[in-house]
Amino acid sequence: MFSSSTIDQFLAGARACIPVAISVAAYGMVWGMLARTAGLSLLEVVMMSGLVFAGSAQFVALDLWTATPTTLPIGPLVLAALIVNLRYLLLTATLRPLYPDSGLGRGALSMYLVTDENWAMTVAAMSRGGGSVAFLMGGGVLAWISWMTTNVTGFGLGSAIDDPSRWGLDFAFTATFLALLLGMWRGTADLLPWLVAALVAIATASSLDGSWHILAGGLAGSLAGAILEVRKHANQS
Amino acid sequence: MQTSPEALVAIIGMALVTIAIKAGGLLLADRLPRDGFAAAWLRHIPGAVLAALVAPALVSGSTAEMIAALATGTIFITTRNLFAAMAAGVLTVYLTRLLLGN
Repeated sequence: MFSSSTIDQFLAGARACIPVAISVAAYGMVWGMLARTAGLSLLEVVMMSGLVFAGSAQFVALDLWTATPTTLPIGPLVLAALIVNLRYLLLTATLRPLYPDSGLGRGALSMYLVTDENWAMTVAAMSRGGGSVAFLMGGGVLAWISWMTTNVTGFGLGSAIDDPSRWGLDFAFTATFLALLLGMWRGTADLLPWLVAALVAIATASSLDGSWHILAGGLAGSLAGAILEVRKHANQS
Repeated sequence: MQTSPEALVAIIGMALVTIAIKAGGLLLADRLPRDGFAAAWLRHIPGAVLAALVAPALVSGSTAEMIAALATGTIFITTRNLFAAMAAGVLTVYLTRLLLGN
């Protein structure tokens, strides 16, 4: 069914992703521990990681999650996943040259296994004249296994802790989000959008209950960033 | 091992929008803007969402949380390690709460 060159490409893709799989594993461990604190059951952890399989969206979901089903904000959870993942439109669009025009339907399904990590490795390989669907899938499968196993391990480790706030673990959320945010810093162009997002979120959180501050701040900040970027380009040309 | 219909709906909903976006990028590749306003907007979303998540938690926090946030940031910038940064934040908040008695 698979030619040997396909298998070679799959393994090459997996190998290229080993260094980033280690960082996926570290994030996966933290997510598993936080998921337990947020009130997800083991089954819910496995389902979310297996089906959603998108790190940043899953971190944001933990902030919205409630242990009691009746108060679970389904709409905001789905909306937050949509907004946080919108950027994947740009990522998967760049993979278009890998697929023949006739195989786009199956190709669309394979996009499930695209993460920041194997996307970056595949695009790097494409720029060197290599890269293939099998290469992309090799990295994706490795990332999936590494994400799933460490989520479950992290969840298991969390069981050793009875009262999270007694050990300062209630701060783990804020600390993790802060570190994730700092990891996204690409330069001073990020300063103003982040500041706008922060101020709008603080203003919204103090006037509205629920999770509207994430949506309001996220939209205001990203729009501010886009306006700033487009203006800068206009001035340069 | 348990779940609820609500959680199931939420997780399946999240999964569906995620795969729809990822597949949408490939299928609409020839029509999506590669630069300009829309592309810039999409690129700025993840950072802005995280900033919106963190900011209210930080300003509503106590002194212990402010100090712990500084520790988290310092450790992350120096080590680039998420786990070390989170652990430093948690340890700092635990110790400062003991010291300040709140």
